[in-house]
Amino acid sequence: MGINATLFGQMITFLVFILLTMKFVWPPIKQAMSEREKRIADGLASAERSQHELELAKERAAEHIREAKAQAADIIEKANRQGANIVDEARQEARVVADREKASAEARIQQEVTQARAELRRDVSELAILGASRILEREVDARVHQQMLDELADQV
Amino acid sequence: MASGSATEYVVHHLEHLAVGDGFWTFHIDTLVVSWVLGLVFFGVFYSVARKASTDAPSGLQTFIETCVEFIDNQVTESFHGPKDFVAPLALTIFVWVLLWNLMDLIPVDLFPEIMKLFGVEYVRILPSADMNATFGMSFTVLILIIIYSVKGKGAKGFGKELFCHPFGSHPLLWPANLMLNIVELIAKPVSLGMRLFGNLYAAEIIFILIALLPVWAQWMPGVAWAVFHILVIPLQAFIFMVLTIVYLSLAYEEH
Repeated sequence: MGINATLFGQMITFLVFILLTMKFVWPPIKQAMSEREKRIADGLASAERSQHELELAKERAAEHIREAKAQAADIIEKANRQGANIVDEARQEARVVADREKASAEARIQQEVTQARAELRRDVSELAILGASRILEREVDARVHQQMLDELADQV
Repeated sequence: MASGSATEYVVHHLEHLAVGDGFWTFHIDTLVVSWVLGLVFFGVFYSVARKASTDAPSGLQTFIETCVEFIDNQVTESFHGPKDFVAPLALTIFVWVLLWNLMDLIPVDLFPEIMKLFGVEYVRILPSADMNATFGMSFTVLILIIIYSVKGKGAKGFGKELFCHPFGSHPLLWPANLMLNIVELIAKPVSLGMRLFGNLYAAEIIFILIALLPVWAQWMPGVAWAVFHILVIPLQAFIFMVLTIVYLSLAYEEH
């Protein structure tokens, strides 16, 4: 019983074990723990980040789809408009062609009418000469009155 | 057992295996057992620390990390200076004292009987029931308190506190202040060491007394006392550790 030199032995032992713990036990364990803590925190953070990115990607995809739909609608509308244009143009052209055709037909008709009129005139003058010569058999000398007859025919 | 032999039995169980004379006596049993327990502590913790990985820890590593985390929380709560020394100190105190105290649960006659076979007459394997062990620890803490006082407040600040606290800085009050502060300083390690020693010494004596009962009657009080003692063992280790941290924190910080 009582205090004796064992005290010093115990103090030295105590110090030795404190120093050993300080050098070889505490730092590696503490380091491993804090590193693990950091890794877990990093993992959680990156999971959250991926979640966020996924949401962004979803939004972007929706945006793309919306854009694509709008574009498709645009294209269809344009195509419709173009089709209508083409039909219009075709109609216009057809009208032009028809007008031209009509004009040429009218011209031809006019020409034929003129021709017919000329023929008619000639026939009338012949008939007139014939009639006149019948009536004035003796008095009318064809040679003498030829000039007058031609003038008459021209007047018809 | 007759009362004479009972006294003899108790006294025999309280005798240390010692060499030397007078003050220069060494309690071989205390020294060896605390060395062995210290090595057990260091061996287990070092084997884990060496292989400590940041992956999912194995069973033993989990346990060790729980201890470290627990101690670290205690230190962080009460001590606000650099922890490089204080935290390992707290861990050493807690585990080492815990292992010491656990020796109390080994049947009181086991080691004396084994050692008797080797011709050793006296042996006590409970270091915490040896004042030299508990005071060895608590006086080391006293030295650390002084070191941390100087480190935290500077030699001048510590001197000023010794002489001018708590009554005032008038030179006539210096002796009174110094006296009171010395008493306060000494009271810390004495109470630390006495508390641990008293608890475990008493527990040991009660176990020895229980061992005096007839064999058929021993188990009942033995079990009761051991169960109660399972509470005391970690509690005393914890108290020693926490008070050490608190004392060092008081020493380190300005107040």
